[in-house]
Amino acid sequence: MMDFVNFHLIPGVVLGSIYALGAIGVTLTFGILRFANFAHGETMTLGAYLTLTLVLLTGWHALLFLPVALALTALLVLAMDRMFFRPLRHAPSIILVIASFGLMLMVRSLVQVIWGTELQGFSKGITLPWVLFDSLRVFPKHVVILTAAIALMVAVHVLLRHTRTGKAMRAMSDSPELARLTGIDTERVVRATWIVGAGLAAAAGIFLAYDSHVETLMGFKMLLPVFASALLGGLGRPYGAMAGGLVIGVVEELSTYAWIGSEPLLPPGYKAGVAFAIMVAILIWRPSGLFRGRVF
Amino acid sequence: MEQLYGIFVYAVFLLTMGGIYAVLTLGLNIQWGFTGLFNAGVAGFFAIGAYTTAFLTTAPSARHFGGFELPAGAGMVAAMVASALIAWGVARICIRLRSDYLAIATLGIAEIFRLVLKNETWATNGARGVSLIPKPFEHLPEPWNQVAMLLLVFAIVLVLYGLLERARRAPWGRVMSAIRENEAAARAAGKNVDKLRIEAFILGAAIMGLGGALMAHHIKFIDPNMAEPVSATFLVWVMLVIGGSANNRGAILGALLVWTIWSTTEIITTRLPTEWALKAAYLRIFLVGLALQLILQRYPGGIFRERRLRTSTTASNRGGGSHP
Repeated sequence: MMDFVNFHLIPGVVLGSIYALGAIGVTLTFGILRFANFAHGETMTLGAYLTLTLVLLTGWHALLFLPVALALTALLVLAMDRMFFRPLRHAPSIILVIASFGLMLMVRSLVQVIWGTELQGFSKGITLPWVLFDSLRVFPKHVVILTAAIALMVAVHVLLRHTRTGKAMRAMSDSPELARLTGIDTERVVRATWIVGAGLAAAAGIFLAYDSHVETLMGFKMLLPVFASALLGGLGRPYGAMAGGLVIGVVEELSTYAWIGSEPLLPPGYKAGVAFAIMVAILIWRPSGLFRGRVF
Repeated sequence: MEQLYGIFVYAVFLLTMGGIYAVLTLGLNIQWGFTGLFNAGVAGFFAIGAYTTAFLTTAPSARHFGGFELPAGAGMVAAMVASALIAWGVARICIRLRSDYLAIATLGIAEIFRLVLKNETWATNGARGVSLIPKPFEHLPEPWNQVAMLLLVFAIVLVLYGLLERARRAPWGRVMSAIRENEAAARAAGKNVDKLRIEAFILGAAIMGLGGALMAHHIKFIDPNMAEPVSATFLVWVMLVIGGSANNRGAILGALLVWTIWSTTEIITTRLPTEWALKAAYLRIFLVGLALQLILQRYPGGIFRERRLRTSTTASNRGGGSHP
């Protein structure tokens, strides 16, 4: 029983909170810019590698650089928007999807050129878990990730509910035409969307790297679960994305638990397929997701 | 003389690969160019075709499933049928989705195929792949066996081109572009949009399966990494967008052009010191991506623009939308 909590439930919740951060960005981009951004996974990779560079340069703890890395990633993503998405703002959304598909590979290959393809880590050595009540094992890093992720999600909530920018973002997500007519500076809202999405994606990448390691394909591996989370929560619904991320993360980890007998229910090699299976099921039976998102 | 002979053999090999990519690009052109279906899982259908023919045509082996020693032609037909069947299943689920959703769903499906190919070691020999796939005309002396393969591939490209051009001009093709341009109008005109889309998706996937089968026979080996999104899906998309979506000649030219650039730059990169060679290989992908972005922004129609069928009503207002 404790194995279930220690090796499946807790890692699932941690992974789920990381997916949730990534999914908020996907869902915001979908709601406001109206396309599925395939380059979103690479934004996570960028965040992780920028942090890695800072750690290697200074030797300080990775999470100290969280604000700097978030800001740098957001700046880079703004530059990418300027170069590759803004010229296509009025093109059909599918052209933007192709552009993001191309951008995904451009960013990935550039990361491979600059940082190489070997696995790297923020710190060497292994930290031991805290043992509570004799059998509950909690890794300090998991507590840190979960706390930071919740703090970031609360920040998103405050931004969307209580600031002018957040209200403008929600207005534009509901109806771009109406938002323009009421005098909302749509380009400003678009910039805000990229900043929030990129910052959260970078945080997700950094937390994932902090939990395991840094590698060039980490963003691509996150892409499908993150899309699935956004779909599950209902596209355009930031709170739905948070819930969706948590569900997908937990289900992925629980799928390899030995529910029947002593063998894992699903061979670990297929863990990556779980998010996808959930996604297909949603697309068929409930395309609006759990939180009644937009169906295009 | 020997060097010239080497270049000749290399050129034949290169052109054959280019022809196989032309087959894949023609398949994607039916889905995206004519019907507007975004398939981000080209690699998946490619892999289905390649593995189907590999199982059917190889000699029995303890390492993988199959080994029926069927002729390559039968393998290719079976590859098309297998791809078509799976595409039918995929299309039944996904075809009504908005193009973005379809892109996500097809990318996911291709990833699932890759996981299966990698994990079901008993059937596919896992990451080590299936080798010793027979190549047509293998018994002919060098270099004629290579030349014969090249001719076979180009004969297939030409036949496909002819058939697809006919289909494009036929009522079937015209309904397809009607669906792409204005789905609501096509529906209002009484067309069964979902059924026609499924047909286009299946036909495109079957041709991609044929491309996969040709590749398996040509390089005599197949492994799950060939179904990686970079090598197959992305390259085929770039070929189609650069050559010109919705234009079959553009699809073929785009495939040959991009493949020539892609593989000749490989000659340069492999001559660099090892440390740089690897980096240059990644830089190559970056540059191809950049070329795609330039085309999307500056020449959205590609090299060959779509040739609109002119009737008395469209002749007066052609040149409308440039994006397919």
